[in-house]
Amino acid sequence: MSEYLVNIEHERLSFFTPAGEVKALNDVSLHVSEGEVLGIVGESGSGKSVTAYSLMGLTAHPGKLLGGTLDFNGHRINDMSEKEMQKLRGNEVAIIFQDPMTSLNPVYTIGNQIREVLKLHTDKTKSEIQARAIELLELVGINEPEKRLKQYPHELSGGMRQRVMIAIALACEPKLLIADEPTTALDVTIQAQILELMMELKDKLGMAILMITHDLGVVASMCDHIAVMYAGNIVEYGTTDDIFYAPKHEYTKGLIRSIPRMDSKEHERLVPIEGTPVDLLNPPKGCPFASRCDSCMQICLREKAPVTFFSDVHYTSCWMNQKAELEGGSKK
Amino acid sequence: MVKYILKRLGMAVVTVWLVATLTFFLMNMVPGGPFLSEKAVSPKALKALEAKYGLDKPLFEQYLTYMGDAVHGDFGDSLKQRGRTVSGIITSKFPVSARLGGMAVLVAFCIGVPLGCISALNRGKIGDNIIIVIATCGIAVPSFVICTMLMYVFGVRLGWLPTLGLSTWKHYIMPVLALAFYPTAYITRLMRSSMLDVLGQDYMRTAKAKGLNQMVSLFKHALRNAILPIVTYMGPLLAYTVTGSFIVEKIFTIPGLGSEFIGSITNRDYTVIMGTTIFLATLMVFMNVVVDIVYKLVDPRIKLK
Amino acid sequence: MKENPNPLSFQARINPDDFLPASNEEKQSLVIMRESVSFWKDGVRRFRKNKVAMVSLVIVIIIMLFSFVVPAFYPYSYEQQIRGSEHLAPMEYSEEEQARMDNGEHVFPHILGTDKHGRDYAIRVMMGSRVSLIVGLVAAAIILIVGSVFGSIAAFFGGWVDIIMMRIVDIIYTIPDILLIVLLSFALKAPLEQLSQAPGFGWIQVLGRNLISIFIVFALLYWGGMARMVRSQILTLKESEYVTAARALGASNARIIKKHLLTNCIGTLIVTTTLQIPSSIFTESFLSFLGIGVAVPMPSLGSLASDAINGFNTFPYLLFIPAVLISLIILSFNLLGDGLRDAFDPKMKN
Repeated sequence: MSEYLVNIEHERLSFFTPAGEVKALNDVSLHVSEGEVLGIVGESGSGKSVTAYSLMGLTAHPGKLLGGTLDFNGHRINDMSEKEMQKLRGNEVAIIFQDPMTSLNPVYTIGNQIREVLKLHTDKTKSEIQARAIELLELVGINEPEKRLKQYPHELSGGMRQRVMIAIALACEPKLLIADEPTTALDVTIQAQILELMMELKDKLGMAILMITHDLGVVASMCDHIAVMYAGNIVEYGTTDDIFYAPKHEYTKGLIRSIPRMDSKEHERLVPIEGTPVDLLNPPKGCPFASRCDSCMQICLREKAPVTFFSDVHYTSCWMNQKAELEGGSKK
Repeated sequence: MVKYILKRLGMAVVTVWLVATLTFFLMNMVPGGPFLSEKAVSPKALKALEAKYGLDKPLFEQYLTYMGDAVHGDFGDSLKQRGRTVSGIITSKFPVSARLGGMAVLVAFCIGVPLGCISALNRGKIGDNIIIVIATCGIAVPSFVICTMLMYVFGVRLGWLPTLGLSTWKHYIMPVLALAFYPTAYITRLMRSSMLDVLGQDYMRTAKAKGLNQMVSLFKHALRNAILPIVTYMGPLLAYTVTGSFIVEKIFTIPGLGSEFIGSITNRDYTVIMGTTIFLATLMVFMNVVVDIVYKLVDPRIKLK
Repeated sequence: MKENPNPLSFQARINPDDFLPASNEEKQSLVIMRESVSFWKDGVRRFRKNKVAMVSLVIVIIIMLFSFVVPAFYPYSYEQQIRGSEHLAPMEYSEEEQARMDNGEHVFPHILGTDKHGRDYAIRVMMGSRVSLIVGLVAAAIILIVGSVFGSIAAFFGGWVDIIMMRIVDIIYTIPDILLIVLLSFALKAPLEQLSQAPGFGWIQVLGRNLISIFIVFALLYWGGMARMVRSQILTLKESEYVTAARALGASNARIIKKHLLTNCIGTLIVTTTLQIPSSIFTESFLSFLGIGVAVPMPSLGSLASDAINGFNTFPYLLFIPAVLISLIILSFNLLGDGLRDAFDPKMKN
């Protein structure tokens, strides 16, 4: 258990809204080793962010953890009090949010917001904190750091603000950095810069990154492992090569088919995944992807597929693999 | 900043001038006059009175004379209260109203803001519901009802508090409460919705993700953003309240500017009407400038142009 | 390490038929779509779920029944002075009425007693509520019309027209409203009286001159807030991308106004108007209290309360009844307005 930095097992989490119970996570298990980059891919509402937030104890109001265990760096998150969580947040685990435009408090200077974390988690003196703040801004590639510290968020561009958010996140050299779609709200050119910066900092500081995104391009270039989520389930997990070159779940296959490729033949069309995601208020009892799946079978309508392992780190839950096994005889 | 303030003050002067002009002509256009209601006034004596105060001259000339004097700080004598100047009336009555009003606004702010915050933080729970119900009742009860109820309960039935005048600190309690009632309820509601809005903002999530405890993130990050709508409301509120509420002053027989003003309107005391209106308008406009400057201090995004 | 399922156990359990492809219909049967509801239906559904708002609606309807329907069947009239029945307590009978009852006659009780002129208080309170409600509703309608026309003109033309129009609003805000109200009621006295003599304007007499001048005061003074709101709504909508998109798709101005601006504004307009009703009732009661509201013998809740203040040490119920009723009416309309806002203001979802 402790071989991983992050180990989530069988997590179930629901939001109790006035309209009913929204089952956001159904039995999610994943793990991240130290210094590893894990990408979580999926469409909006698939539970990627919910998984990450629950790890930091940031689950929003009507949400409730119903089962499973969450371990991080030797702590059992489930059992921790709010006070203990506060010592962890911003210190051992930090997060960058999707929208840098709204994630910084508009009425305080950048410097104030960076120093705040340092004051909270370290016992440095005032001048040491100031020096560290300047160092952090330099680290994330912001020029004239002394001047920037005195500026307010609205005086900076989106890319700059995301750099500031990264500086805040890295202030206490966390073991794990959660990046929740860190580039979605940015211009394409800025996106590449930010991703490059994150990789560079990862190598420098040796932290693990949990990369949440719906952009397969981002995960392909950055991640060691990828977890594909659909409707609150991890439908496939594997190394980046496994996922891109040997996808085993019909949803993953669909995702890969929908990316434009440099080597595609002329006039070859991209194949979109038809249909809409399931309503998590009434999740189907079978495979959640069944209604959109081209290879959907009778059993998919009734029962969830069991997990099939292709290697220690590549597994999926799709009935198609059972079918293959049945037809080709037992592999093992 | 200095340039901005000067510009705003210039605009304020124009607004006050427009208000004064409008009031002057409107007042004179309305049929009747200051001396018509007095019984034993012969037409001859009326003429003499009008001549004395220059009311027999053409309206525009009267306007120019009045404005000329007003610019020099001379607002004339009261037409009805013999021997008293308008400035004298205002300087003697305003402090009474201002003291009451100032205390009421302070009470409203000190109760309304915390109540609104508590309500927002406990959204949907029993405490929130109780506060909302009380606050909604608070904005639904007219001030004369509050005044008479207070007077009936504490003055007549229980006999705890004196009901008339303003001689001791005990005299202040009921009028201040009556004046503070509506703004307290209003600020509570305003604060609650503003706080709820701020609590849902992304930067509050950032604050939590940094590991700040709830108190720090509330006081440092939420309050300063949530207080902005209250600041906007405080300016006009202060201007209205310090100039005195007619109702409260009438019921508790307090010699304030509010009842003086209403009295002057019904008596057609032209000079007092004009003087008080200019005073009120100036205060109002000045308060708005102050609010804009305070706003700028609280919210760095605001650019004063 | 992980629960690696034994493939054999599956083979034992699984029937080869299970791996037959599922038809499209079967797949679609899985899709349980939340029924897609229109904005209005959704709003109505949310409104009906809001208990507080529903209770307020019921209270408003009950008060309306009592003020508009019940007086027609009530045995007393609001101006009828019954000799010998002055200052009766609730449910009390005067000596004369007692004598008539002893003779076997049926006398309708004075449920809320009588006032100092011997008028039945219950009917006066009902008539008072009628006046207050009329003022609230009509004034809100006037403010809605004047305010939205003014605001939309300012927003539509923009530029210096907008600047001047909004300065006018500021100035009206700055002049003490009580001054304008008193002056206006003096100024309107003579012309309205003359007008009521003219043929076809007899209704002015029925409604009461003061009531009319109160409406005019509202029409002149209190639309500023509404105008500002409509203006800012239209300005934001004009800038919004779906309007640009509609324009890019070749929609005509008329269609944009009808389809986009109006449908987006209307929720906010309804809410603001509903919330305007209590504030108009509030102002009317204040004016009546000052003695410049409706004309005697017509009561309004404000004037009833005002009349009762003088004797309220001896007859406190004469004050409490109209006071509580005003507060109840204002409260219900406020809660109703809040409920409507929660249900229909798209920005207030969540």
